[in-house]
Amino acid sequence: MVNNNNMKNIYLYTRYERFWHWLQTLLIVLLLITGFEIKGMYTLFGFRSAVEVHNFVGNTWLIAFLFFVFWIFTTGEWKQYIPTTRKMFSVVRYYLYGIFRGEPHPVPKRKDAKHNPLQRITYLILAAILLPIQMATGLLYWGYNSWPQWGLSGLSLQVVALIHTAGAFAILSFVVVHIYMITTGHTILAHTRAMISGWEEVKDIEAVEDWEIKTKAA
Amino acid sequence: MNVLSNEARCTSCHAGYGWKGKDFDFADQTKVDCLVCHEQTGTYKKFPAGAGNPVKEPKVFPGNQKEYLPPEWNKVAQSVGRPTRKNCGTCHFFGGGGDGVKHGDLDSSLMKPNKALDVHMGKDGQNFDCIRCHSTTLHNIAGRVYTTPASEHRKSLIEDDLASKITCESCHSSTPHKQDAKANDHTDKVACQSCHIPTFARVNPTKMWWDWSTAGKKKDGKPYAEKGEFGKPVYDTKKGNFVWAKNVVPEYHWFNGSIEHLTVNDTIDPGKPVKINRPVGDKDDPNSRIFPFKVHRGNQPYDKINKNLVIPQLFPKGKDDQTAYWKKYDWNKAIAFGMEYAGLKYSGEFDFVKTEYVFPTTHMVAPKDNVVACIECHARSDGRLANLTGFYMPGRDASKVIDFAGWGVVLACLAGVLIHALGRVFTRGNGEKEN
Repeated sequence: MVNNNNMKNIYLYTRYERFWHWLQTLLIVLLLITGFEIKGMYTLFGFRSAVEVHNFVGNTWLIAFLFFVFWIFTTGEWKQYIPTTRKMFSVVRYYLYGIFRGEPHPVPKRKDAKHNPLQRITYLILAAILLPIQMATGLLYWGYNSWPQWGLSGLSLQVVALIHTAGAFAILSFVVVHIYMITTGHTILAHTRAMISGWEEVKDIEAVEDWEIKTKAA
Repeated sequence: MNVLSNEARCTSCHAGYGWKGKDFDFADQTKVDCLVCHEQTGTYKKFPAGAGNPVKEPKVFPGNQKEYLPPEWNKVAQSVGRPTRKNCGTCHFFGGGGDGVKHGDLDSSLMKPNKALDVHMGKDGQNFDCIRCHSTTLHNIAGRVYTTPASEHRKSLIEDDLASKITCESCHSSTPHKQDAKANDHTDKVACQSCHIPTFARVNPTKMWWDWSTAGKKKDGKPYAEKGEFGKPVYDTKKGNFVWAKNVVPEYHWFNGSIEHLTVNDTIDPGKPVKINRPVGDKDDPNSRIFPFKVHRGNQPYDKINKNLVIPQLFPKGKDDQTAYWKKYDWNKAIAFGMEYAGLKYSGEFDFVKTEYVFPTTHMVAPKDNVVACIECHARSDGRLANLTGFYMPGRDASKVIDFAGWGVVLACLAGVLIHALGRVFTRGNGEKEN
């Protein structure tokens, strides 16, 4: 059994951060559902409504993302995304092996280091490359009729659309892995709870362990 | 099939009023019948095979068993006025010798249409006459001039209220939908008609197929005719087999407003359907739009050796005519006579070839609630624009490689996490080891 005496709650995610996470969740889910409908995979909203929802949500995301960029730079949170190779191997080894042996996570979460090395590189690629590419191609796709005015007559709709599609597959893949990875906390829902309340229960490495406490019963 | 050698019949509508023989001057504008367009009594009737002339004595036309009476000239002449739908429709609704034979979007149902059939002409709607759009300047009628691309005249009436070619945009502008409506983004590539005329021949049927090769069959040694589903002829000894249809979905082509025609002098390839006319346009031409057409298909005689279409003489020139098809039912004789009459070579050997003829669809504009839905074109397969290729259309086009790779990665991720989850279940390694 996990001994709660060895755990402590830390406030990991601020209110805006949590709001941004869940807003983005909603937007991405809507974009994936409507996007794949527009692609012709199934009928749910109907093509016309799917396009309208997709356009509205896409533009909303773009604007919301600008607030996120502002937030990440003014709070210095961007430092959480600086990639590192230190302990990368340990983390990979943990997920491939240690987790099955019940070993402790090699890089526990801390307030000033929320992301382990694997998360740092994943979220950096996501926030700095994949999402911006998706937003840029989405914006271009949406503005197709204005390309001549924007001086982009030479652009190919097919190229833009196919990059956008490939990006959607990449995001869907991320979502699949992400939803699974959040179950790997010390309980299945620990990480999810943290993203809702802001408080994450982590191992208190400062605490005195059970065996260290002298008891009369022993 | 051609007017030549059949003038007496065709000139009842086609220019040639008072035609008597080969030296008739078709360019002479004094030989235009004023009354057919302007008389308002409705009693001025041309005898079907009278070269555009009414009868002088009461006479029965054997084709329809109707008796034609000579006009009361004083009444007819004094009634002249602004042309009505009836004046125009007398010829234009009955092109090809009957109601809805030629155009799919012009037939007698437009005499008194409701709004559902034609939002402009509907009696319960705008109630437009033909000439509300087909305005005139000194008898030059605005409308179709297939030698001139429409785009050159794609301007509003505010810019030029005497534009010679009226288009939808003349009144509605090129951004007629609500602000920011996606439909406004389509008008640079898609003609209004493509979405706003979901089907043509919505009330009366129109002829879609004419097979001349089966003509000439007789019952009990006599020519006969059979009627089909819509009360329309499906077989006629004179003309062969017909197929009629209602609520026809148009076929779509790039179109800049011009149509090219094949002539009897052009060499054809009988191995595939011969396009007797062809809409001019291309996806890369900024003046072309995707436009709806009725495509009338047929099977008609051609010269097997010289590889060209032929002009058979159909209409008998009199009781003693020995060559007309509608008298002797002998194609060879009819073709030989017609071609000689036209001054063209004929090898003496003929066969039948599949042909296609396009009619632009522009009337029978439906109310806005009945427009073509997005998905009818933006569909993976079998969409209305499935035949128009070479450009990327959202919802229709995709890259097989990206789809395959994309789903491959997604499924690999799914499989990966499932295997990992099973591993955790079996080792019960969910976080900290039990003490």
